[in-house]
Order: sequence, then C-alpha cells, then structure tokens
Amino acid sequence: MPDQLIFGMEVVLNGLMAGVLYALVALGFVLIYKASGIFNYAQGVMALFAAMTLVGMMEGRVPFSHLINAIFGTEIHHFGWHLPGLAAVLLTMLIMVALAWIVNQLIFRHLVNQEPIILFMATIGLAYFLEGFGDMMWGSDIKKLDVGLPQGINLMIDETTFNIFGYGFFIDNLDLVATGVAALLVVALVIFAQYSKQGRAMRAVADDHQAALSVGISLNFIWVMVWSLAGFVALVAGIMWGTKSGVQFSLSLIALKALPVLMLGGFTSIPGAIVGGLIIGVGEKLFEFTVGPLVGGATENWFAYVLALLFLVFRPQGLFGEKIIERV
Amino acid sequence: MLDASEGYTTEDGRKIGGVVMEMKNITLRFGGVVAIKDISFDIRQGEIRAIIGPNGAGKSSMLNVISGFYHPQEGEVWYQGTRRPPMKPYQVAQQGIARTFQNIALFEGMTVLDNVMTGRMRQMKAGLFAQAIWKGRAEREEVANREVVEKVIDFLEIQHIRKTPVGRLPYGLKKRVELARALAAEPSILLLDEPMAGMNVEEKEDMSRFILDVNDEFGTTIALIEHDMGVVMDLSDRVVVMDYGKKIGDGTPDEVRNNQDVIDAYLGVAHD
Repeated sequence: MPDQLIFGMEVVLNGLMAGVLYALVALGFVLIYKASGIFNYAQGVMALFAAMTLVGMMEGRVPFSHLINAIFGTEIHHFGWHLPGLAAVLLTMLIMVALAWIVNQLIFRHLVNQEPIILFMATIGLAYFLEGFGDMMWGSDIKKLDVGLPQGINLMIDETTFNIFGYGFFIDNLDLVATGVAALLVVALVIFAQYSKQGRAMRAVADDHQAALSVGISLNFIWVMVWSLAGFVALVAGIMWGTKSGVQFSLSLIALKALPVLMLGGFTSIPGAIVGGLIIGVGEKLFEFTVGPLVGGATENWFAYVLALLFLVFRPQGLFGEKIIERV
Repeated sequence: MLDASEGYTTEDGRKIGGVVMEMKNITLRFGGVVAIKDISFDIRQGEIRAIIGPNGAGKSSMLNVISGFYHPQEGEVWYQGTRRPPMKPYQVAQQGIARTFQNIALFEGMTVLDNVMTGRMRQMKAGLFAQAIWKGRAEREEVANREVVEKVIDFLEIQHIRKTPVGRLPYGLKKRVELARALAAEPSILLLDEPMAGMNVEEKEDMSRFILDVNDEFGTTIALIEHDMGVVMDLSDRVVVMDYGKKIGDGTPDEVRNNQDVIDAYLGVAHD
C-alpha cells in the first residue's frame, strides 16, 4: 500500500477524534436550543468555567483568593487538601446545577416570551460575566487538569497497525476515551429527550410556552433542568479539552468551532451535532493534508467556516435540522 | 332556581351532580378597562356549561381566570368545595382542569401521539432520575399512560395521523388533536375556548358530536365558549350570557333564548 494512502488513513482517524471533541461542545448548544429556543453563546465559557472549577476543587484552591489577598493583605491560596477526581467532578456538577438555577432566576425567567435575539444577547452578557467571574474566582493562570483519564499514544493500535502496514498509527488514548464518552452521552440524551416524560416536557416547552403551561408543565423547572444538562455537557467537554490542552482562556474559543458544526448538523438535531462534528474534524484534517501544502498550509483555521458558509447558502437548515414549514 | 347541593335532570334524562366549580363575584381589570364585572356562576358535575356573548364581552377572560392565566382583582374561585388560592396555570392544570385555546396552542414540531402524551403529564409521577435511567416504574407508567392515550386517539378518530407532526395538519384536525390532548388528562373540568371557531359546517357537526360523545361516554364536565348560537343552544345544558363584562343571563337554553336582555344584546336595541 502506498505510504500516502496509509498516512491519509491516519489523518482521517485523527480527524474523527478531533471531530468528536467538536461535537461535544456543539451538543451543549443543541440541547439548550432545542429546549428553550435560546442560542447559548455562553456554552464555551461554561465549559471553561466548569473545567476551572474542577481544577480548583481538585487542588483545594481557595475561591477568590486573589481578591481576598488584595483586600486583606493575606497570603492564602490553598486549603491544603486535594480531592480525588471523581469527587471533584461530582462537586463541580452540583455547582453547575446551582449555576443553572441562578441563571434562570436572575435572567431567563424575566425574559419569558421575548424575541430570540434578546435571549441571545442575554447569553452574550452571561458569557462575558462568567468569563470574568471565573477568572476572579480561580485565577487566570493556565491550569493543568488530570482527573486520571488515560493519555498518550495507544500502544495497541500502534503495534497492530505497524504489523499490518509497516507503519504505526498515532492515536491518543484520550481521544479514544472522548469518543466513548461522547457516544454514551448522545445515546443517553436522545433516549431521554424522545422517550421520557421530562424529555417530552422539554420539547413541549421549546415548542409553545402557553400550551406547555396548559398541560401542567412548570417552565421554571424545565429551564433549570435544561441549563443543568447544558452545564453537564459543558463539564464533560471542559474535562476533555482541559486534559488535552490545559485549562486556559482559549478553551472558551472552541465554542466558535462549534458554530460551523451546528450549521452543518442543524441546530435542532442531536445526531446532527455528532455527524457535523465528525465531518468538520475529518474535513479540515484531510483538507490540510491534501490541499494545504499547495496553498501554504494553515487551512485548518478557516476550512470549517468556509464549509459552514456553503451550507448556509445551499441548505440553511443543516443536514438534519427540522425543515421549516409555514402554512400561510 | 336550582338547589346548591342537589343536582338536576336534563331534558334528555342525564343526571347532573353537585357543584364542581363556583365563581363568586369575579371582577377582572386591565388598567382602567373592566373586562369582567362582578360575575358569579357555577359549573356542575357532568354538565355542558356554555358561556356566550358578543365580541369583547369577556368570555375568554373568564376562561383564563378559571385556568389560571389571569388573576381577578376581586372575587373567589371555589373548586371542589374549597377556595382556590391564586395559582399558576400549570398548577391549575395539575389539579385536573384541562383546556383548549381559541387560536390552538399545540406543539407543532411534535407528532400527534407526542402531543396527546403531554396531556398525561399530571398522571406521570416518576421522578427525574427514575426517568433518566429509564427503569421499572417509569417504563410501566409510560406503557399504562400510552394505553389511555391510544383510547382517546381512537375515540376522536385520529388514528390515521398518529405519527404525523402537528404542523402539517389542516386546521380542523388540529382542533381535534388539541381536544384529544385535553381529554387525555382525564380532566375533572374540560374548558373549550371556541372549539368551532373557523370551521366549516361539516367540521362543526363533527366537533359537536365529539363534545356530546365525550360528555356522554366519560361523564366529563365541560365548560365551553362559543360564538355560534345555534351550536351552543343544541349542545349545552345551561348557558351564561355575558355582555360588556357583565352577566345578563343564566339558565337553560330556552330560558336564555327568551330573555329580553339577551335578545337586546345580540340584536341591538332601538334607541327611540
């Protein structure tokens, strides 16, 4: 087999893995959009906040330590204890639920029946607030996150492929874990949304507030539930990305990469988020591999956006989005 | 006049029971506009109770007071023998008062089956976590509720569109799906806001038949608002007539038909 082809296969595989991580972020967007009609600009920042909180918990950092030190002239930074990964994850999830409740109480319950664009603006505000708040709470240094997920080259795949092709593929263990987690998450979310009472209520609320009230659904409960779910997905994405490239501000920018994923997959489709993520992941890696050398490289920066643009022109509802039907 | 505790027997021989809901001196204002002025009436077990009146009489406002969408400034709502504190619409629905809307409020993106299933919300008790892990009780509950829903769907003859997204249905069928969703809740009172609005004669006849059948088959108490006088007189056991937010008549269709105030309100009075 020619070297180029084998190398190409490795590129595709790595693209799939990257795509899964994009899909994870996109999932959070789709969830909130489906359930409340809000495009949540803050999803990326929520992932960052979740990852920061997780690190803070694990290392026993004192929240707001910089602020406290600056005001009182003290020198406290750590409580002096360390939490195991799982306990810290659970605690962080509790904080994300609390955040969901606060966000609903302070912002969204006051914006019932408002235009989508107003809700969108509110999430932009939320994003900037949360970004600053997270920095103030945990500091803006680049943090290392290690909850005990396997990392580094997968030797089994390396050896097997070496025996077959005479060339070992480099696949990161973390990417494999992320793939498994994402698959599990999607199956669980789809079943929940389609076949459970709360999932049905969630879809009902997204569709028509008044009708939802008239069958006995509490809007506030559903909204807190939806934001908690989005917080959970943000936490998972935060763990994966944070482990991969450190917990830092740029984590919130991966949300931008989720936008083209959503345009491809459709804003309302959970499977769409996955397929969209995979297409973008594989697409940008393959494009870089094949066309990149001809145009001087760095195509990964713009490939996804150009693809999204093409979709906007020819298929605005995305691959799996609900076709908009309007009776006149 | 009717006795407050005893029921009565209708012309066609149906036994009507005691008072389920009583509105006492309800007044509702929007700023300076008085939508409902000091109105009292009751709804009895198993009857079809109509609220009629010209445009802007306050009929829909009255229905919204009953279903908790509006809260009156004065007056009391009594439900099943106790005074009801001010409630949110979803709490009223959980108490067993189901409703339909004048301009239809369905979940357009969901299938007919899913729409009707949402009507069962108050009967499904399994908590969030039981639902999330999808085991035991939640599953049994889903199956049991699905049976009721299928029965309602059969009853209203919408089996053929069970899996169709509601957004694709014509107007008349949407109205029927909305009725199905309300009926699936097995309500103690079913509120219908202009169930025949915008329908052609054939659709109206169908809808009338369904309303009578529902009342007959399940003994459901029904309170409805309707514009079409002919329909109302045929369907209902007792009628409240409203005009400019005031009650101008209350009684059987025959009594109301011969009430001079009602005739004036509908046909106008000569100013001489």
